[in-house]
Amino acid sequence: MNTQFLLIQVFNGLVNGAFYALLSLGLAVIFGMLRIVNFMHGALYMLGAFVAFALGQILGLGFWPSLVLAPLLVALLGMALERTLLSRLYGLEPSYNLLLTFGLTLLTQDLVKQVMLSQYAVSSAPYTTPTVLTGVVNLGFVVFPKYRLFVIALALVVCLVTWFVIEKTRVGAIVRASTENPVVTRSLGIDVGKWVTGVFGVGVGLAGLAGVLAAPIYSVEPYMGAELIITTFAVVVIGGMGSILGSIVTGFAVGVLAAVGAAVYPPMANTLVFVLMAVVLLVRPTGLFGLPEGAR
Amino acid sequence: MTAALLDVRDLNAYYGQSHVLHGLNLRVMPGEVVSLLGRNGAGKTTTLKSIMGVLRSRTGSVTFDGADVLRLPSHRIAARGMAWVPEERGILSSLSVRENVELPPARPGGWSAERVYETFPVLRERGQHPGSKLSGGEQQMLAIVRVLRSGPKLLLLDEPSEGLAPVIVQRIGDMVERLSGEGLAVLLVEQNLKFASRLADRHYVFVDGRIVDEVKRDDVQARRDDLVRYLSV
Ligand SMILES: Nc1ncnc2c1ncn2[C@@H]1O[C@H](COP(=O)(O)OP(=O)(O)OP(=O)(O)O)[C@@H](O)[C@H]1O
Ligand SMILES: [Mg+2]
Repeated sequence: MNTQFLLIQVFNGLVNGAFYALLSLGLAVIFGMLRIVNFMHGALYMLGAFVAFALGQILGLGFWPSLVLAPLLVALLGMALERTLLSRLYGLEPSYNLLLTFGLTLLTQDLVKQVMLSQYAVSSAPYTTPTVLTGVVNLGFVVFPKYRLFVIALALVVCLVTWFVIEKTRVGAIVRASTENPVVTRSLGIDVGKWVTGVFGVGVGLAGLAGVLAAPIYSVEPYMGAELIITTFAVVVIGGMGSILGSIVTGFAVGVLAAVGAAVYPPMANTLVFVLMAVVLLVRPTGLFGLPEGAR
Repeated sequence: MTAALLDVRDLNAYYGQSHVLHGLNLRVMPGEVVSLLGRNGAGKTTTLKSIMGVLRSRTGSVTFDGADVLRLPSHRIAARGMAWVPEERGILSSLSVRENVELPPARPGGWSAERVYETFPVLRERGQHPGSKLSGGEQQMLAIVRVLRSGPKLLLLDEPSEGLAPVIVQRIGDMVERLSGEGLAVLLVEQNLKFASRLADRHYVFVDGRIVDEVKRDDVQARRDDLVRYLSV
């Protein structure tokens, strides 16, 4: 096996990793503050892609405006769902939330499927790459599609900005305080509930963004989130629940590892991530970056 | 006669099925320091939590600065000028000391960060450390000055002397005295009679979720034996 092929696999892995990182970061942000696992995440990722597609069909909006608008719309929908539905289940058993978000996932998938079939007579639609990002870049040692490099770069920037805001700014201090001790934080004059809604919006907005980024690579279809989110949950388990930096690093690392591993030993292609997850669970059940509950 | 800053009437509080406070009546006048004395489990902490809106299952009325606050969420009660320093101090370990100091929204009349750091230089020196890395006494100081940022009119202080060395307790006493000198009213929960009688203008005595006695500063000396008996196990 030559180095060039391996390098291409590393880049492919980084592209997959970009999606894992954006999605697991969103899950981590949400879990940190709300203590819920958002099982709707894959559906909202798909919705990001679908909204971008629909904005193009209805308003003729191209990739760039959609890249901003679609995640915002997904975030707004998420915030509305948090206010009206999720917030009613806080303090109840986690299984209630699981059932609700699972139900909402099915609902979203079927709604999108209906709309696509009835309005556009397709069950799956391609999404064109913006012209500036078509073609390839010659990196000297390998040639790689421009758009995919853009995906890696943008995901990296978005992830690092999110990390920076949470760890280093006043907004982040409020989020961390509300996560650690909502009762005391509220008593200090901070409307924790409002921040919970906002953080949920940001978390699902990241999923929406990943969806728009995915649209030109994978085609837009109602179940595009279903498989990806399963791998993402494996990434979350490997990285450890709730760690911001952990979710980013693990996302990219697992992407690369899985792609390289699949190249080295093709039969493992689909199972490598889950084998990795099993090993991590055996050695360190709280994940590579996760602290035991209570030591946070 | 001036109106009470805090007027609590017929307050009942519950943890699930268990009825913990039984029809409390208490008042704090503007600028007054009032203590709640009582043994472990008498219901002192529960009283502060009920007033601050942290504990929600309660009945009766809590009037603060002329407004009924019983139904308000605690962040709105804080915005009206009430501040709570919990028994566990509530220092956030995922925040640096500096982030802890600057967490509450600053309001007119509140302490600026500058004033906090000038009064307690150690909070500036340790600014970048996690809040939990401070000593017990420093954490207590931090917990008290943190809430001053919003310029409260009433401070609910839950056992500030608990578990601290006498010299630190002394310093905390000085601090409370100074704040009260500036016109801040304090509702102080204590089991340390010496500390409480130094600071408070008036004492309410708690037994099993009820106020059973009220002692003014001038009568503390004469009624010392009674007070000691109320507090001993
Ligand atoms: N979270 C809770 N759930 C159920 N019961 C509680 C809870 N917190 C306190 N209690 C009970 O309520 C009663 C009053 O407790 P509270 O903490 O108000 O007492 P306290 O006077 O502050 O005691 P201490 O001096 O030990 O701090 C006690 O009987 C206690 O066991
Ligand atoms: Mg107590």
